[in-house]
Amino acid sequence: MPGVLPDGEPVPATGELPATALARAGERGFGVYVHIPFCASRCGYCDFNTYTAAELAGGVTRESYADLVLAEIALSKRVLDGVKAPVETVFFGGGTPTLLPAADLGRILHAVDDAFGLAPGAEVTTEANPESVDPAYLRELRAAGFTRVSLGMQSAARHVLAILDRKHTPGRAVEAAREAREAGFEHVNLDLIYSTPGETAADWDASLTAAIGAGVDHVSAYSLIVEDGTRLAGRVRRGELAVPDDDVAADRYLAADAALSAAGLGWYEVSNWAASEAARCRHNLLYWRGGDWWGYGPGAHSHVGGVRWWNARHPSAYAARLAEGASPGHGRELLSAEDEYIEDVLLRIRLAEGLPVSSLRAPGRHAATLAAADGLLDSAALADGRAVLTLRGRLLADAVVRDLLP
Amino acid sequence: MDDAVTYAPGSTDPQRIRNFCIIAHIDHGKSTLADRMLQITEVVDSRLMRAQYLDRMDIERERGITIKSQAVRMPWTARSGERAGDDFVLNMIDTPGHVDFTYEVSRSLAACEGAVLLVDAAQGIEAQTLANLYLAMENDLTIIPVLNKIDLPAAQPEKYAEELAHLIGCEPEDCLRVSGKTGVGVGELLDEIVRQIPAPVGDPDAPARAMIFDSVYDTYRGVVTYVRVVDGKMEARDRIKMMSTNAVHELLEIGVISPEPIKSAALGVGEVGYLITGVKDVRQSKVGDTVTLSNRPATESLGGYQDPKPMVYSGLYPIDGSEYPDLREALDKLKLNDAALTYEPESSAALGFGFRVGFLGLLHLEIIRERLEREFGLDLISTAPNVVYNVDLEDGTSVVVTNPSEFPTGKIAAIHEPIVRATILTPNDFVGSVMELCQSRRGSLMGMEYLSQERVELRYTLPLAEIIYDFFDQLKSKTRGYASLDYEATGTQISDLVKVDILLHGEPVDAFSAIVHKDAAYAYGVRLAERLRKLIPRQQFEVPIQAAIGSRVIARETIRAIRKDVLAKCYGGDITRKRKLLEKQKEGKKRMKMVGRVEVPQEAFVAALSTDESVEQKKK
Repeated sequence: MPGVLPDGEPVPATGELPATALARAGERGFGVYVHIPFCASRCGYCDFNTYTAAELAGGVTRESYADLVLAEIALSKRVLDGVKAPVETVFFGGGTPTLLPAADLGRILHAVDDAFGLAPGAEVTTEANPESVDPAYLRELRAAGFTRVSLGMQSAARHVLAILDRKHTPGRAVEAAREAREAGFEHVNLDLIYSTPGETAADWDASLTAAIGAGVDHVSAYSLIVEDGTRLAGRVRRGELAVPDDDVAADRYLAADAALSAAGLGWYEVSNWAASEAARCRHNLLYWRGGDWWGYGPGAHSHVGGVRWWNARHPSAYAARLAEGASPGHGRELLSAEDEYIEDVLLRIRLAEGLPVSSLRAPGRHAATLAAADGLLDSAALADGRAVLTLRGRLLADAVVRDLLP
Repeated sequence: MDDAVTYAPGSTDPQRIRNFCIIAHIDHGKSTLADRMLQITEVVDSRLMRAQYLDRMDIERERGITIKSQAVRMPWTARSGERAGDDFVLNMIDTPGHVDFTYEVSRSLAACEGAVLLVDAAQGIEAQTLANLYLAMENDLTIIPVLNKIDLPAAQPEKYAEELAHLIGCEPEDCLRVSGKTGVGVGELLDEIVRQIPAPVGDPDAPARAMIFDSVYDTYRGVVTYVRVVDGKMEARDRIKMMSTNAVHELLEIGVISPEPIKSAALGVGEVGYLITGVKDVRQSKVGDTVTLSNRPATESLGGYQDPKPMVYSGLYPIDGSEYPDLREALDKLKLNDAALTYEPESSAALGFGFRVGFLGLLHLEIIRERLEREFGLDLISTAPNVVYNVDLEDGTSVVVTNPSEFPTGKIAAIHEPIVRATILTPNDFVGSVMELCQSRRGSLMGMEYLSQERVELRYTLPLAEIIYDFFDQLKSKTRGYASLDYEATGTQISDLVKVDILLHGEPVDAFSAIVHKDAAYAYGVRLAERLRKLIPRQQFEVPIQAAIGSRVIARETIRAIRKDVLAKCYGGDITRKRKLLEKQKEGKKRMKMVGRVEVPQEAFVAALSTDESVEQKKK
């Protein structure tokens, strides 16, 4: 979740949603995101909405945080009163969710279940830093109803982890993945980052090999984005570090796709590979397919029935609103039909299942034909009525989107 | 003062009139000297005085050059010599100061009997001044050599007095010394003007004849025409006739400038003043034309009239295509005041709708462009300037080419290009590098003369096309700013020229086509292709840039395809930001010009067409 919030109109104090939004809620599925805004230390590349204990001194504490989320869950239950949509996916992200006691995460999960009901077979994921979990903790999570763990491995190269300020040792992520599987988690993801300053092609290959060797059923690989205002951005600006150019990033991506495919992990979204359909992250698919979710916690984004809103960013501001009995929502936007069309195209084109050509307007359909001729969309899929990116097209997905939406 | 009536406009005794102009190089202090003359003759109150009083346009004041001439009538009572105590009327005709306006200069000179040759005592004479001096001497004007800025510590009046004496055939001590800044010597100069410059001669009883040496469009009054009366008399309410067109107008107003317009009853022999007839376009009142009276017309015009002829053409396009009507309107307005400006609509596949505009020269182009941008708030792209070519085809027909896109595709027998006679003055240390430059621009040396021990006059014949691009900048940089240049058109020559096209992804881009000498084609192609490679962003596909003569490719560059254009992460919290970013990118895409399928940012056109080579020069 990016640190900077967009501009929008104010959210009503009650958090209420227009009747039209409520009428459509859950049409494309319903999920829950819980933001845990704590980290043991701040990584140099990270601009996420997260805080160390020192940064929050005197305000919101880890001990009181679960109760805050519970207050927002109560508010969401009032707002969504009458909506009949069981929760199919839950995702705890951060920050570092596993800095909270497993019991607190479990308490939040049960409150969600109480409020809306978890669908049978619901996917419940938490992100975790390799150094913040141990076998006992993982067993506790599994017992509390969690089904999936996503570990921030980032790299198997010590010097790359150092540039990223990550505290774990190269082997720890693989070990944590094994511990998770032993604790009973069927689905384990490893997050990788490529194109870090100083990373060589060999470093990246080693990271891929290590991730594959861990036997996980899901890998996400992201090129490093140097976000404004981060410590990393400062070091790049001062010339201390050189960010590899986009051509290098393209090579890394191709290497990742080749290695992961060979290991039986197929791409299903631009930056995500899974061993099977069941291994795909259903929560993220909900985002890309235009589903609804409620995001709890400071700075969390939500989407229900064509309304997107986002909470107050700072934990203290978030807590203060809830204490007044008001919605912590900071801003929102009511999507127009045009906005929804644009989002539909830009999100679904990222998926291996692609976008039905019939959902495109005429200029977009024409552009799709040209993109296929240029080798950016799969010709066979297009003949079957779906716009699906080719390997080269995945690397140029944003350009394809601009062509499809003239 | 004797009988006051004698000095009223329209009844001034020609014997008491002196008409003169000041010939000077830019920065040699002409406007400042004029300011002092206005003060010492008391036509401008000291409290109302401002610097460069006569330069009306902002651009004139900023660049320190006069674009349009002026004529000021000043009373002067001689202080010394035989005529001490006698009253005179001095008409100072301020001439334009640049090579592009040579014709206007020649008309201003024709309105005078004498010229003040004003030279900076710290710098000596410059090529432009020399050219105008020769022009004045050809017109049999009395020349009064004057060294200005003698107050400067770097002034070397002795040295430059020698130089001037050598040039005009006088003694060094005949050179007056003044300071326009402090006013030293200005009174003496006015007395010398009275003493040396002949009074105008004309027949007061002959049919009226007056020569137009300038005409200016004024928003409130229409065209104000500046004339010098040669014979007869013109009175308010007379019906006047333009001898080149036989057009008849009523004289709504007649008067003199002193230095604000003052209405008068008439203008007589030898007098200089203005006419207002209510016409709205300077083309109806052309510089060089002869004005007579319609009820008693003269039979012979004063001669020397020429239609202004554009020498340099360039396409002007609004960066924002929707400003095309504004550009048209602005050109229409400028045209009212500029008889030499010609234009017609043209369209370019790359740049959209614009105008092919004809100019007297590069400075004229720059001034018009600057005025369009400054006074009318337009953002413009101008294509590389080119000269006028006459192309003879093997089938016996002939084509006039003012735009590379008009270059014929048929078999060519001969191409005629305009040439100029250039005069370059340079310190002798730089003679070698100046000759090298001229050689590289296809120049032929016609003569070389030492003006003094340190300064050399070089005379070259050069193709006009070779000097309109960056010749002057090169000349300045090779001589540390010391050389000066003047040129005049002398005809045409047959040259081995070719049209070089630039193709982007196989599509010719009309805005980049150029007509160049065969030997320079390769360099042009390589330079432009390389520039474009740096300026055009990478596309989704590989884009070849080729320079070609006809179907023969002479240079090639490639813009590699972009390989990555995707945001790695797009989760719940990123969607709004991502959509807004896309909307911004789509706006940016709208500002791109499409050349075939290649998206070219507007800035790339501007940069590729700019004559500013500083980037490339730095690398050398």
